[in-house]
Amino acid sequence: MGQTLQRAAQWTTATDGHSGKLEFSSLNEDLLNTVLNFAEGPSGKSPEEGKLVFKKPLTWTTALKPSAFSGSGYIEKGTSVVSEATSPKDACPLLELSGNKLSVLSLEQAENVLRVAGDRKMVELRACLEENKDPVANMLGDRFATVDGADNSIFRYHEEITKEIELLSKQSDESEEKKRELEEKKLVLSLRLKLLRLDEHMLNASIIKITNDVRLNPKIVDGEVTVLKQVSGEDNNRYALQFINYFGENYVYQNGCRAQPWRQLNGDICYLVIKCFDVDHPLYVTANTSGYYLNKGPSKEKSGQLEYERPDSDTYRELVTMIKAKSPHFAEMISKQEIQDVFTKAGFRTGLEDCHLAHWRRHAWAHKSDRKPTKKASNIHETRSRSTKTPLAEQEDHFSESSTESEEEEEAIERRPEANADLPSEYWQIQKLVKYLKGGNQTATIIALCSLRDFNLTQETCQLAIRDVGGLEVLINLLDTDEVKCKIGALKILKEISRNTQIRRAIADLGGLQTMVKILRDQDKDLKCLAAETIANVAKFRRARRTVRQHGGIKRLVHLLDCVKLNSTVMTPEMEMSVEVARCGALALWSCSKSKKNKEAMRKAGAIPLLAKLLKSEHENMLIPVVGTLQECASEPSYGLAIRTEGMIEDLVKNLKSSNQELQMHCAAAIFKCAEEKETRDLVRQYGGLDPLVGLLSSGTDDKQLLAAATGAIWKCSISPENVQRFQELKAIDMLVGLLHNQPEEVLVNVVGALGELAKDPPNRMAIRKAGGISPLVNLLTGTNQALLVNVTRAVGQCAEEPDNMIIIDKLDGVRLLWSLLKNQNRDVQASAAWAICPCIENAKDAGEMVRSFVGGLELIVSLLKSEDKEVLAAVCAAIANIAKDEENLAVITDHGVVPMLAKLTHTTDDKLRRHLAEAIARCCNWGNNRISFGKERAVAPLVRYLKSKDENVHRSTARALFQLSKNPENCITMHEAGVVKPLIKMVGSRDEDLQESSAGCIGNIRRLALANEKARYS
Amino acid sequence: MASKHGRQAKEQAVTNLLKCTRLDREEISLLIDRFSDLCQKEEGKLHRLEFRDELNRFFNITDDILMDRVFRAFDKKSSGTLKVEDYVQGIGKFLNGTIEDHVQLCFDAYDLNNDNYISREEMFQLLKSCLVKAPTEEDPDELVKELVEIVMKKMDKDHDGRVSLPDFRAAVEEEKLMLEALGKCLPDEKCKLTFQEMLRMSGGRYSSANSVSISEQRDKNARRNQKGHQQKTMIF
Repeated sequence: MGQTLQRAAQWTTATDGHSGKLEFSSLNEDLLNTVLNFAEGPSGKSPEEGKLVFKKPLTWTTALKPSAFSGSGYIEKGTSVVSEATSPKDACPLLELSGNKLSVLSLEQAENVLRVAGDRKMVELRACLEENKDPVANMLGDRFATVDGADNSIFRYHEEITKEIELLSKQSDESEEKKRELEEKKLVLSLRLKLLRLDEHMLNASIIKITNDVRLNPKIVDGEVTVLKQVSGEDNNRYALQFINYFGENYVYQNGCRAQPWRQLNGDICYLVIKCFDVDHPLYVTANTSGYYLNKGPSKEKSGQLEYERPDSDTYRELVTMIKAKSPHFAEMISKQEIQDVFTKAGFRTGLEDCHLAHWRRHAWAHKSDRKPTKKASNIHETRSRSTKTPLAEQEDHFSESSTESEEEEEAIERRPEANADLPSEYWQIQKLVKYLKGGNQTATIIALCSLRDFNLTQETCQLAIRDVGGLEVLINLLDTDEVKCKIGALKILKEISRNTQIRRAIADLGGLQTMVKILRDQDKDLKCLAAETIANVAKFRRARRTVRQHGGIKRLVHLLDCVKLNSTVMTPEMEMSVEVARCGALALWSCSKSKKNKEAMRKAGAIPLLAKLLKSEHENMLIPVVGTLQECASEPSYGLAIRTEGMIEDLVKNLKSSNQELQMHCAAAIFKCAEEKETRDLVRQYGGLDPLVGLLSSGTDDKQLLAAATGAIWKCSISPENVQRFQELKAIDMLVGLLHNQPEEVLVNVVGALGELAKDPPNRMAIRKAGGISPLVNLLTGTNQALLVNVTRAVGQCAEEPDNMIIIDKLDGVRLLWSLLKNQNRDVQASAAWAICPCIENAKDAGEMVRSFVGGLELIVSLLKSEDKEVLAAVCAAIANIAKDEENLAVITDHGVVPMLAKLTHTTDDKLRRHLAEAIARCCNWGNNRISFGKERAVAPLVRYLKSKDENVHRSTARALFQLSKNPENCITMHEAGVVKPLIKMVGSRDEDLQESSAGCIGNIRRLALANEKARYS
Repeated sequence: MASKHGRQAKEQAVTNLLKCTRLDREEISLLIDRFSDLCQKEEGKLHRLEFRDELNRFFNITDDILMDRVFRAFDKKSSGTLKVEDYVQGIGKFLNGTIEDHVQLCFDAYDLNNDNYISREEMFQLLKSCLVKAPTEEDPDELVKELVEIVMKKMDKDHDGRVSLPDFRAAVEEEKLMLEALGKCLPDEKCKLTFQEMLRMSGGRYSSANSVSISEQRDKNARRNQKGHQQKTMIF
């Protein structure tokens, strides 16, 4: 009965961790009844079989109370009950009920349970079956567990028993033990056979039940009507019907029914009017969920209304059967071949064929192919194939497992609509050609492939048509054959249509990438080229790129790059071909190089030296994919280094001067990404790359990508002071400032970044002002792009170093804008804004007044000391140091609790933060009893440790802070205890006068305290 | 084995053939040896059936009509048997002929009635067996006719309802794959390699009647190919 339970029974889907439940359906009810009969009744069980002890108990949660088992044979033990009968082997009770768990070890006991349960036996059985999905395995052992496919357990068991009997007969006087064991085995076998019979019986019963259960639904009706419409017309020699139409209003309700809602309550789906050639009056038919039957036709009194009564009681399962019964002409015509074809194509039974199973299978296929996304999931066919789908299909899926893949394919093709006006003519032509591809030998295949190429394959209709008629599968299958010509033809088409994103995905889904990767190793160079080009098109999305890598495609593509001499004076056709192969390989790698892991794989496969070699090429169509790949990969540090060490910078610079904008763009982008390294920047300058970069700005190009790449390269290159020099000579600033207007953000980010770097050189600050760059920069502070804001704040900050610039910034209210950026979510923006504020305060006139005018500004900046980002903290400390120069502001920030917050930060080990923190502490000491507060907050001892840092800047500001703090005697004591004197004495010897002075001052303070102390002691 | 006289004659033949093929001296010599081995029935004349065997075995050309057509294309003087010059020149075109050679050879093969045009009927004849798995509901002849029309549309450049040599040449120039659009009558690269290797290995010297040795040879070839394959895999 395992099979039935697994297959026929209707289970609910398992939820919340429990196994599924049996649905409350009539089918399940019948199954349960059969099982119940078997378990309860004597039906063929012998008493020995009833006593057979199960291998594992059947355990389930019961609703039975222990008290139910009162009486003989059972012993009560507190809340649990056990049976007196025990298993002979381990003396385990055959029945045990503890709590609500019931375990049963023999059929006899199970029978008892059911008897005890009385009218609730059904509930018990249901619970038992739900919790023991495979009861047979429990009862007779795991060897009889239900399996899919051939079940040989019985035969094996039978063999085993026969063998043992033979053995026993040979050594007849052997122990009694063996005989008993054998008896038991025989019992198991007979019980197994009986259970098997039960299983079979139930399966058969359920099939009958299922077939009876098929009810009409709107989709079936619509499908049948559509088919019958195809065989209706005026000519009675050619058509089976005169006409068939829906009767009544044309409105279709959401559930697909056409009958009025109140009639739908009766199960009516729609009404039909059918005119046969040999019946005088038209037939009026009601399509009801129970089947088709006649109605009395339009009412005479009320126009447009039907009389719903039935003139006879005949109900038909199919419309065709019904019409056949009414019209002999139809019955005759329907048997003709043409009409039969229409029906079979539509997947409908005409009633002539008896093979119901075949019909089911067809439904099951329709159902399957619907589910497979890769199989013609196009909208055009979905409607049709759905119309043939019945609820039956789902249940019958199991019975149609024998159907092979190829049959399925044919079915799917045959079900296509015959004539659909919406489709372009190309669709039909392509369908025809694909048919030749499928059914022809290699000659026909080649003709069809060549002919397919004559279509405009760049057009989406054609691309999708090929997919929709199942052409992609065939094309990809062709790649697996040995026919070089077929492969070339197929790839030529795939290469074109893979420009379409949907096709790309479909190719990847169908496993085309794996095959193409295999082809990359072929002898034929044409084939390699085409495969690589197609991969280049397909690998535009992540999954495809991963597939290429996982199947070793990267290695093979890299191998393609390895070609003979590139620019030799004499090129044989063969050499040209191998260069072409390399070009296609580079194209594919370009697509693949968008994934990080692929970049790594390429590097490992040795792509870099090969790319370096190809970079020497003179042909743009080669250079673009090569530089494109390099540019993608340059974001990886390992590539950046390799690009420099392999001497590619020179070639990149050379190609910057090319006349091809795309090539220029990729070269500039590659330099942009590589120029993070100082050596690379120097090389760019040495090879004269700065001039063409600036030249790109002045070329007045509209190509934004090119501009973005060029300005990006300028930005990174201007990190080196020598390059700044050259840019100055080239008057790059004027051009960059010109680009601050009307450019997209990706250009602006780089332009502003470049200006920020250039402005580190004082003369450039003036140049920016003179070029009118300050005001657009300040205006950009109102933007939202975070990368842009980081660069803008930096640039504004650099400009603010110049007092003249500061006047303009102040006038434009730039400081307020900077200040408000402290509220930005992005830490980089916060830090950068805080840094920019420092020079503003330094250089603004009436800075104190200005800062006070920002409502809540001081509170905001103090609160940023809670940030976790070191860079933000350092920047804020620097800003606070500047703010604290103004006494009033210092008072305000002291009120906001700046002292304990600064003191809390003193444990940091970050030198940058230490430097600015010490500076801020030094400045903040100048108010009230802040010195004492710092001491109380234990800020002094950590500061002393800063003197061990290696950074001079840290020493200077720390010494200053210590000098300030040492004006308080308590602090002096703390410092002295922390061992401040020794390092300070060393610093007095420093060359830095500032450091000398502060250190000496601090030592002086400590010394004075000591002297005063002594004085007090002796006086 | 050969007498002095025989050797001289062969030298002479090689020299002659060197002028009208793109083969080198050694290859021609090997092919001549091969030819004399193939001629079992009559010395110096290769019969149709023997030649067909050869085509089938080494060049993977299996279509009956086309095997005969290739034979005729080789048989310049229409004598019904191949002379050694015919054989060597023909195989020479097979192995490393120019595109033009191939176009001419294919056209000759497809032009069934030698009237210098490929007509619809000839195409039909050539294509009628190429639909292996014709869908049942359609007339297979109809399908072949449609196929013929497709080919016609692609090849008939001057729209006179038949394909002339210039038409055919133009179509092939446009799309290389069209060269064998009406059936396979040229060996593919792999066959060529195998054949050349076979020539070199055996010196063209084994009996075609001795099938055992052929199969052995094939096994060897197969094994060698396999080995080569493995080596390649290691390189990759």
